[in-house]
Amino acid sequence: MFYREAGQFKASYAADQSIFPIAQDRFGVLVILAVAFVFVPLVANEYWLRSILTPFLIFSLAALGLNILTGYAGQLSLGTAGFMAVGAFAAYNLQIRIPEIPFILDFVLAGLIAAAVGILFGLPSLRIKGFYLAVATLAAQFFLEWLFTRVGWFTNYSSSGVITAPPMVMFGFEFSGAQSRYLLTLSIVAVLALAAKNMVRSEIGRAWMAVRDMDVAAEVIGIRLLHTKLLAFAVSSFYCGIAGALWAYVYLGTVEPQAFDIFRSFEILFMIIIGGLGSILGSFLGAAFIVLLPIVLNNVSSIFAGGTLSAHTLSHLELVIFGSLIIFFLIVEPAGLARLWQIAKEKFRLWPFPY
Amino acid sequence: MAFDWLFFLEVLIAGLLSGAMYSLVALGFVLIFKASGVFNFAQGAMVLLAALTFVRLVEMGAPLWLAGVSTLMVMVVLAMLVERLVLRQLVNQAPIILFMASIGLNFFIEGTAQGVWDSDVHALDLGVPDLPIDVFGMLISQFDIFAAAMVAALVVVLAVFFQKTRIGRALRAVADDHQAALSVGIPLQTIWVVVWSVAGVVALVAGLVWGSKLGVQFSISLVALKALPVLILGGFTSVPGAIIGGLIIGAGEKLAEVFIGPFVGGAIESWFPYMLAMVFLLFRPQGLFGEKIIERV
Amino acid sequence: MSQAHKKIGDIMLKVEDISLSFGGVRALSGVSFDVREHEILAIIGPNGAGKSSMLNVINGVYHPQEGAITYKGSTRKQMRPHQAAKQGIARTFQNIALFKGMSTLDNIMTGRLLKMRRNFLWQALYWGPAQKEEIENRMVCEKIIDFLEIQAIRKTPVGRLPYGLQKRVELGRALAMEPDLLLLDEPMAGMNVEEKEDMCRFVLDVNDEFGTTIALIEHDMGVVMDISDRVMVLDYGRKIADGSPDEVRADQEVIDAYLGVSH
Ligand SMILES: Nc1ncnc2c1ncn2[C@@H]1O[C@H](COP(=O)(O)OP(=O)(O)O)[C@@H](O)[C@H]1O
Ligand SMILES: [Mg+2]
Repeated sequence: MFYREAGQFKASYAADQSIFPIAQDRFGVLVILAVAFVFVPLVANEYWLRSILTPFLIFSLAALGLNILTGYAGQLSLGTAGFMAVGAFAAYNLQIRIPEIPFILDFVLAGLIAAAVGILFGLPSLRIKGFYLAVATLAAQFFLEWLFTRVGWFTNYSSSGVITAPPMVMFGFEFSGAQSRYLLTLSIVAVLALAAKNMVRSEIGRAWMAVRDMDVAAEVIGIRLLHTKLLAFAVSSFYCGIAGALWAYVYLGTVEPQAFDIFRSFEILFMIIIGGLGSILGSFLGAAFIVLLPIVLNNVSSIFAGGTLSAHTLSHLELVIFGSLIIFFLIVEPAGLARLWQIAKEKFRLWPFPY
Repeated sequence: MAFDWLFFLEVLIAGLLSGAMYSLVALGFVLIFKASGVFNFAQGAMVLLAALTFVRLVEMGAPLWLAGVSTLMVMVVLAMLVERLVLRQLVNQAPIILFMASIGLNFFIEGTAQGVWDSDVHALDLGVPDLPIDVFGMLISQFDIFAAAMVAALVVVLAVFFQKTRIGRALRAVADDHQAALSVGIPLQTIWVVVWSVAGVVALVAGLVWGSKLGVQFSISLVALKALPVLILGGFTSVPGAIIGGLIIGAGEKLAEVFIGPFVGGAIESWFPYMLAMVFLLFRPQGLFGEKIIERV
Repeated sequence: MSQAHKKIGDIMLKVEDISLSFGGVRALSGVSFDVREHEILAIIGPNGAGKSSMLNVINGVYHPQEGAITYKGSTRKQMRPHQAAKQGIARTFQNIALFKGMSTLDNIMTGRLLKMRRNFLWQALYWGPAQKEEIENRMVCEKIIDFLEIQAIRKTPVGRLPYGLQKRVELGRALAMEPDLLLLDEPMAGMNVEEKEDMCRFVLDVNDEFGTTIALIEHDMGVVMDISDRVMVLDYGRKIADGSPDEVRADQEVIDAYLGVSH
């Protein structure tokens, strides 16, 4: 199987603009989907499905959301986890207050509520840019965290401040096993990833990138800046909101506002830096990286240090490695893992004659 | 019920005094931003590193002065490493890349500081107790007054440094125009090292003050987050802005907590400064002291 | 290069008594002039004369303190750039303002933005009307790419292109808007002779084939004399001359301004 585009001439612009113009890519994506939907649930054990793959998918979704806002539209946000919290608490409140709504619809509504909150906190982007805006998103982060901690209504006056997600039932089927939950998450993430890919290769995606690259010029070609930025905030928060709802319902089951603190926001920011700003694929690669790193680290340390390292030391080591990697990536390849993959592909495309 | 003005004043002053410490951290930000164009998120981690190094040395039996000097040396070494391994590698990169690199640096320093020392809470005693004294009928913390005095002293020292020394003048030149700075005859790299070292000194002072108030622990690195709204108010490049912004945020958050907090469920200190800064920005995007700039095209 | 056959129409843009200052700096004082349909107007003047500022005022990037602008019959004091775009004013910049992270094709496609009607939900589906619209607009852009002879760099990120080509792509983006009035800020600055000739040809062709009205800033007097129907001269924010290339060339004040005779 060679990775070649020679001989694949595009006969129409439609073909040239299709989502994966090169046949091997198209094929590759289908294979990945098939593996993810069929093979993985068959072979992966409960631990992998529940504790690694499901959170990986949810993180990917949040990273996608942040990447739309920061990577594509260029609006730096430090409030991602705040918008995830909105999704989680909205889904919870919808479900316990209006139990008639099917939970899938709850998720969508939760996403929409998160989008509305995103728009609200995106409003300052009309007047402020860059770091100033980043600080404004911190306002969202801390305010939302406070809101869900302090205002009892949101947790249905639970004394511990913890909410427990009701069971997810659809057509009489309860999503309780690791397998069904994984598949549910995978389906949602796959659909939303496809939608994101479509948006970024359409007019709206170009408008976002135009605003990111040069806002004055963008306005001169007719882009309404506020409208475009707010749409980025809305779509981004929609994705993050659904990720938050999944985090609460599918992954944790019980959740407190502190699960969505500022460090979670940073974690997701790291994913898109490492994976690649402005790349859909990068969101997945970055999420995989950050989910897997602690596990790899743990295993490596138990092999070399024979389990003598304390949990504390390990977590500090993790910080040091994260920090170094971020700097390393910014220096060596600011475009992240996705770019490395692309370079590898280009090499492969020319192989074995590199000239 | 009559409004208790004395109590109001008491809260205001307590707020201003704690605001002085925000000013201090913001000052570190401003220095680095002016000279190297980095929005240094790692300022908080530097505070943690300085405080932790200091307190551990003291615990090991070093006298205060020795601990201070050694910590300073650690901060200078850090500055040199940052210049060599980060700044030099990232020249001419977009500000946002530098910012993200500083987030990486933040985690690196936090991990290293706690890995080398530890992550327990350490009490730090500088010899000034945190006891209230009576000033014109108001209760004001003795330690807060001491801290504010330290901040003031540091600001004076920095002002002298920037006005009177050759390198200080070069620093100010570099903020306005990198070419001009080169003509002063001091290489940019040296300037960066010096600025990051000075920011290290500022971090040490901030670390000592915060550390003896709250105990030296991980959470003092979060003070940096509080400095962000201060910067928004004061502007990223204005030293007086950092100081006045810090005072406003300090006073604002205390007053809000005491007089508004009880009505909305309390603990609004966590977000009030950010909201205040954000609302302020909507009306004055250039900050307190910034000039309105119309982008040139 | 004879332009004698060309039909110059009515006044399209009327600039009246515009004054603009930045803090203490006065960039424009009391400038008035007209642009007529289908003409090529050159704006010349020494550096810092206020030429770029004038273009920025016309398409709403800068807001003048005084004066009014009448475009296609309606008068306004201020407008936002995106409103100007909607009314058919396109623009290139003195310092290239391309979208660095995007390919040549995508940059030009952004120029079609106002012509695209489907909302983002359709785009998320990328299906039916959205896809059709995308392809129709792609075809328009391909025509522009052919016209500007940049087929080979279609998919190249613009950041990697040499300066001359970037200028060409920026013109392409403006053309994709199918403007009625095209403002070009030093489109040939920093180009070699060959590139300049190409650019002149494009400007003349656009004017000829589509009847687009063009106002351009240019320093090369040879180029100005060759391609413009009319020349306006700014100096220290004031208009000092306005007329046919030959008239302006003979004007004493213009000669003084260019030779740096004291004012
Ligand atoms: N955004 C701005 N802010 C401050 N001053 C400006 C700005 N834009 C232009 N100026 C000033 O206005 C004057 C005219 O500039 P400009 O229009 O760029 O001249 P030209 O294009 O003729 O060289 C100059 O003195 C310039 O410094
Ligand atoms: Mg100019």
